[in-house]
Amino acid sequence: MKEIVVLSGKGGTGKTTLTGVFATLGQRAVLADADVDASNLHILLNPVKEYEEPFYGSQQPVVDQNKCTRCGVCTQLCRFDAIDHGEVDELNCEGCGVCFHGCPEKAITMEPVLSGHLYRGSTPYGPFVWAELGIAQEASGKLVARVKEVAREIARQEDRLLVVDGPPGIGCPVIASVSGASLVLAVTEPTAAGKHDLGRLLSLTRHFGVPLAVCLNKATLDEEMADKIEEFCREEGVKFLGRIPFAREVVKALIHRQPVTEGPVAEAMQEVWRRALSLL
Amino acid sequence: MIVAVASGKGGVGKTTVAVNLALAAEEEVILLDSDVEEPNAHLLLRPEIEKETPVPLLVPVFHRERCTGCGKCIEVCAYHALALIGRELLIFDKMCHACGGCIYFCPEKALTEGERVIGILQEGRAGKVRFVQGRMSVGEALAVPVIKKLREKQGAHTIIDCPPGTSCPVIQAVKGADFCLVVTEPTPFGQHDLRLLIEMLRVLKVPAGVIINRADLGDEEVEEYCRQEGIPVLLKIPFDLEIARSFAAGVPFVARLPRWRQAFSDLWQRLKRKGVRA
Ligand code: SF4
Ligand code: SF4
Ligand code: SF4
Ligand code: SF4
Repeated sequence: MKEIVVLSGKGGTGKTTLTGVFATLGQRAVLADADVDASNLHILLNPVKEYEEPFYGSQQPVVDQNKCTRCGVCTQLCRFDAIDHGEVDELNCEGCGVCFHGCPEKAITMEPVLSGHLYRGSTPYGPFVWAELGIAQEASGKLVARVKEVAREIARQEDRLLVVDGPPGIGCPVIASVSGASLVLAVTEPTAAGKHDLGRLLSLTRHFGVPLAVCLNKATLDEEMADKIEEFCREEGVKFLGRIPFAREVVKALIHRQPVTEGPVAEAMQEVWRRALSLL
Repeated sequence: MIVAVASGKGGVGKTTVAVNLALAAEEEVILLDSDVEEPNAHLLLRPEIEKETPVPLLVPVFHRERCTGCGKCIEVCAYHALALIGRELLIFDKMCHACGGCIYFCPEKALTEGERVIGILQEGRAGKVRFVQGRMSVGEALAVPVIKKLREKQGAHTIIDCPPGTSCPVIQAVKGADFCLVVTEPTPFGQHDLRLLIEMLRVLKVPAGVIINRADLGDEEVEEYCRQEGIPVLLKIPFDLEIARSFAAGVPFVARLPRWRQAFSDLWQRLKRKGVRA
């Protein structure tokens, strides 16, 4: 089973729009949205929900106020300023359980926290797995890992390609999303920030030994910067898959909640996708 | 006044707003770039970096000679960052959240506190803007401790450029701010992520106002949502090739376009007067 993860380093480069187009081209692909903090791909794919599972990503202490003597041991032990003499600050708590282990009165129990939901559905382009992290919840890395696990299982059973829309950044959710990928397809844009973040993404994929290929979105916004990025890829020995022009029609399609399928932009995206597939 | 600049979705112009606001404010402000995974504000602000300090995490150090192999540390670690093979303890650095549990509860004091650097703070200045950014080392997973350290640098007038999204790093960046400027774009993606962020800000009890970027490249739904929710729309920035090119070239657009300098300076005034209700 092959797996392509679409990443951008910086957000807003058009990663999800592109993944939406790839979805329409990637016949027999299983699709997954690993951006669990701000999942957007479902807006384009409009899936019919078939299955839903609660996600318990972490634990939090619950204090039995009858047993608590307000001794303050928990407050001393907690490194995250998350408990004050038996009163838990849920936003600060990292669920480490140190207060639970340390409470002399055994007044604390650790309870699972409902931190989000995972969904599976069908779209005209193939099965789709996505998730939503609850408001102000932690454990996004774990939820990303679960999304990939469920999507991989389907891809394996049905012997299909897996296409994953990844989260922004280079931190814990991204690390969870690249692990085990056959190819990371980076979508960048011709800006100073786009180039900078591409560099960081490259260090990350090298660190984890996953091959990286790059495409440049909205390339016509700044041809000079576009040249610099292509040059950077050449110097670093990274496969450059092509330039996609900027066009307002992309936003128009988005307003109608549909992937772009016609015009020069769509054609450029199709070409990028063909090249990406040839690398697998 | 502490103003956080956030967005539910990346790439909508959050950093551009933060930097332009810092440049347009009349007094000395501190700009904190808390997007420690991808700090970008320096590309626009171009500060002179004067000082770097490492951000350490307090992690366990193992002393084999004292270990009895009792397994208490394994039982305590909620993150599966430890494995015991005979009397050899393996510590998986990247999984350790530095909770200190194994150190506190090892009965033999075979674990002691050590430091592991997971990122740096870089401080400097560009004109009258004091600038501090956090930068997480590549391959590290924990942004929150770097942001926590960064927040210690805030002062009387601080603008915080937040990471995108609504997860733990964002909470750490926004918590305790007096106001949050939420930057969005008028598309279904923008609206979806705006809603998530507004819900998060309600949990954190931070008042919010919205800036719509590329305001003419979309539909009316974001504004409609703001009206319904009683959230003020403070500024609309149209899609403008001149603005887009300034950004691409790494130049803040208030530096090129005086009317935008005025708009941002007015916004700063309104924020200070707390004149921002819907
Ligand atoms: S350690 Fe236990 S008994 Fe003491 S204050 Fe905390 S919860 Fe209460
Ligand atoms: S579980 Fe850990 S972080 Fe949460 S309150 Fe207890 S000691 Fe603090
Ligand atoms: S400090 Fe906490 S997270 Fe790190 S190894 Fe020890 S128990 Fe585990
Ligand atoms: S708790 Fe201390 S003595 Fe027990 S296995 Fe762990 S390191 Fe060794």
